[in-house]
Amino acid sequence: MVAIAETGKQEPLRAASGELLKVSLRRSLRRQRLQAVGLVLPLFLFILFTFLLPIGDMLFRSVENQIVGETLPRTVAALKDWDPGAQELPPEEAFAAMVADLKVAREQRTASRVGQRLNYEYSGMSSLFRSSARKVRRIEDPPFREALIEMDEDWADPAIWKVIKQFSGNFTPGYFLAALDAQRTVDGEIAMAPSDQRIYLPLFWRTLALSAFITLMTFLLGFPIAHLLATVPTRISNLLIIMVLLPFWTSLLVRTTSWIALLQKEGVINDFLVGIGVLADDSRLTMIHNAAGTVIAMTHILLPFMVLPLYSVMKTISPSYVRAAQSLGAKPAYAFWKIYFPQTVPGIGAGAILVFILAIGYYITPELVGGTSGTFISNRIAYNISSSLNWGLAAALGTILLGLVLALYLLYDKIVGIDNMKLG
Amino acid sequence: MKTCRTALIAAVAGAALVGGAGVASAKDLVMVSWGGAYSASQQNAYHDPYMKLNPGITIINDDSSNDAVAKLRAMNEVGNVTWDLVDVVAADAIRLCDEGLAMEIDHDKMLAPAPDGTPASEDFGDLIVSECFIPQIVYSTTFGYRTDLVKTKPTSVCDVFDLAKIPGKRSLEKRPINNVEWALICDGVDPKDVYDMLETDEGVDRALAKLSTIKDQVVWWTKGAQTPQLLADGEVVIGSTYNGRLFSLIEEEKQPVAMLWDWQVFDLDGWIIPKGTKNLEEVQKYLYFATDTQRLADQAKFISYGPARKSSAPLVGKHASLGIDMAPHMPTDPNNAKTTLLYNYEFWADYRDDIDEKFQAWLIQ
Repeated sequence: MVAIAETGKQEPLRAASGELLKVSLRRSLRRQRLQAVGLVLPLFLFILFTFLLPIGDMLFRSVENQIVGETLPRTVAALKDWDPGAQELPPEEAFAAMVADLKVAREQRTASRVGQRLNYEYSGMSSLFRSSARKVRRIEDPPFREALIEMDEDWADPAIWKVIKQFSGNFTPGYFLAALDAQRTVDGEIAMAPSDQRIYLPLFWRTLALSAFITLMTFLLGFPIAHLLATVPTRISNLLIIMVLLPFWTSLLVRTTSWIALLQKEGVINDFLVGIGVLADDSRLTMIHNAAGTVIAMTHILLPFMVLPLYSVMKTISPSYVRAAQSLGAKPAYAFWKIYFPQTVPGIGAGAILVFILAIGYYITPELVGGTSGTFISNRIAYNISSSLNWGLAAALGTILLGLVLALYLLYDKIVGIDNMKLG
Repeated sequence: MKTCRTALIAAVAGAALVGGAGVASAKDLVMVSWGGAYSASQQNAYHDPYMKLNPGITIINDDSSNDAVAKLRAMNEVGNVTWDLVDVVAADAIRLCDEGLAMEIDHDKMLAPAPDGTPASEDFGDLIVSECFIPQIVYSTTFGYRTDLVKTKPTSVCDVFDLAKIPGKRSLEKRPINNVEWALICDGVDPKDVYDMLETDEGVDRALAKLSTIKDQVVWWTKGAQTPQLLADGEVVIGSTYNGRLFSLIEEEKQPVAMLWDWQVFDLDGWIIPKGTKNLEEVQKYLYFATDTQRLADQAKFISYGPARKSSAPLVGKHASLGIDMAPHMPTDPNNAKTTLLYNYEFWADYRDDIDEKFQAWLIQ
């Protein structure tokens, strides 16, 4: 400001002070920029630490496999020149290295972790490592091969050594393979699980299909409501909006459990249908603990996410367009379809993306009402995080899910155009 | 007498702490447990009496036992353990101990002997399944059925697989553990051979084939509270859950449900001290008090789980509010424990992942 005032006074020296003006302008711009950065910084740091870093960590975990190399460094080195293709045991050095590694692992209590890691690839590794680490103290003198095999005869199985060699790298595709129902066999080939033993591919497919169906249902139910909200007088529409928002203020768990009370076999709806004689008492409908339960409960829970963007877009559509079309001779249905509906597409896009992406990651509702046919991939991710503790597999599943969402987002951008989306 | 002295020592120690150091005057101990009726029984039997004796201590409950292993691992990775004492099932205690996430316990040094002087390690006996584990209760997973909805009373766990005898829905836990054992026993396998059989693919297939015979009549549960609710609503006629849940359904809520103890599966639940707790001294004092003979017997006043100490069994009395004798409701009562299995920790540590994958694939077929 001062600089500008100065240049104003010394108008004849404009050329000489032109540089001065530039410098002061740059300074004030820099100050503004710093202020802007300062305002954004807290949010940026928040997103960095609570969102970007955890996602990076997840991506990393889905391929990292340092535990084998770190816990069994000598064994990994000794197995380097061993040919797993030959159907024989590795040389004595490998056994000696394993004994040394196990002794260290016992001290540091890492034997069971590495056993658990290898157990994902080959059953029995967990107890082999646990019990061997317990007993390894007794082995002092060579030959180590005989001593180790005497301690646990599983060490005489070449497959054990093949698995160790195969998964000794710092990175592994093993978790991603498992997440796609495939596995590397002991001989190094990638094989799909037989189709009746696949878990994750069918679950991914089901998650996508049910989420798409739920999105469609929220659209079919939400569109008329949003239209009503946008066209009635403000006083009534405010009241209606409160009714749309009301479920938001109730706990998700409460809403889910009340659906159980409504839908179950001895529940309110079945009781009513039996009471008025529509159903016989022994042919009550099964509406919960299956995919139908998941669809019904989630459609209800996610409905506001469709109604609100639709409503805010419809609110901006001037009624005169439809009136103009009708005055030019269009029938109401035709005017609606040709004039009104296309203008709501940005709202539909926003609502559909919101509902679909929320649905794809839903956890507690499918868990409670989904039974076996209505659970999602997120339920398996949770299982792998907290029960089986296979965090690598959980991370791989999460990464695939993230990739799917991004792919669908890009697809949407290609077909509808993301700048065509409106939240209001 | 002994318990009086223990209490006195604890009280004096508490008082000394309160008087001695200003910092310690208000100590918070975070104890992790299962929530619900189980945490309430611990609150009544251990926490409340202990806090009364030690006014400087506040015990904070955290109902995270379900994901205790995952959370302790995460805390350990970050290097900030915020828990002081964790209640876990034995299988989790073994896992935590193996990974070095739980402290090793010298049972005789850290825990009170029985009133007759028997050292703690003998009093708990072979229930100490891991050197980090302090057993608290014996519980079982077993069946309850609606007395008014079944035409013939089930007498054996195999009736669960018999749709002709017991028509209607049944609820089973959504995991292979326990279900595959029952399936094989009911398929004619000698109970002694069950685990040898399950080590093979054929054995697992045979168990799943047996479960397939009732698959479309099964409601699968994941939370212990679900079967009691399903039974109360008449959604299922028979279902498996923890015996304490069934006790409260039958005796406290007076539902027309009865127990089927046949081939109940025993399991243990108890404490571990997480490595890295910041209040080790306080926790040890608490443990000495909360795991003595009287305290374990006291817990049985509030929930029908068997105390883990042999010396506590004779002290089990009546229910605190219902006034009924608790002994006949214990899973370990001779009348209930005619045919039992003990959760096979070693086997499931090895085969859990593998069999679970097959089970899940079978579920979504």
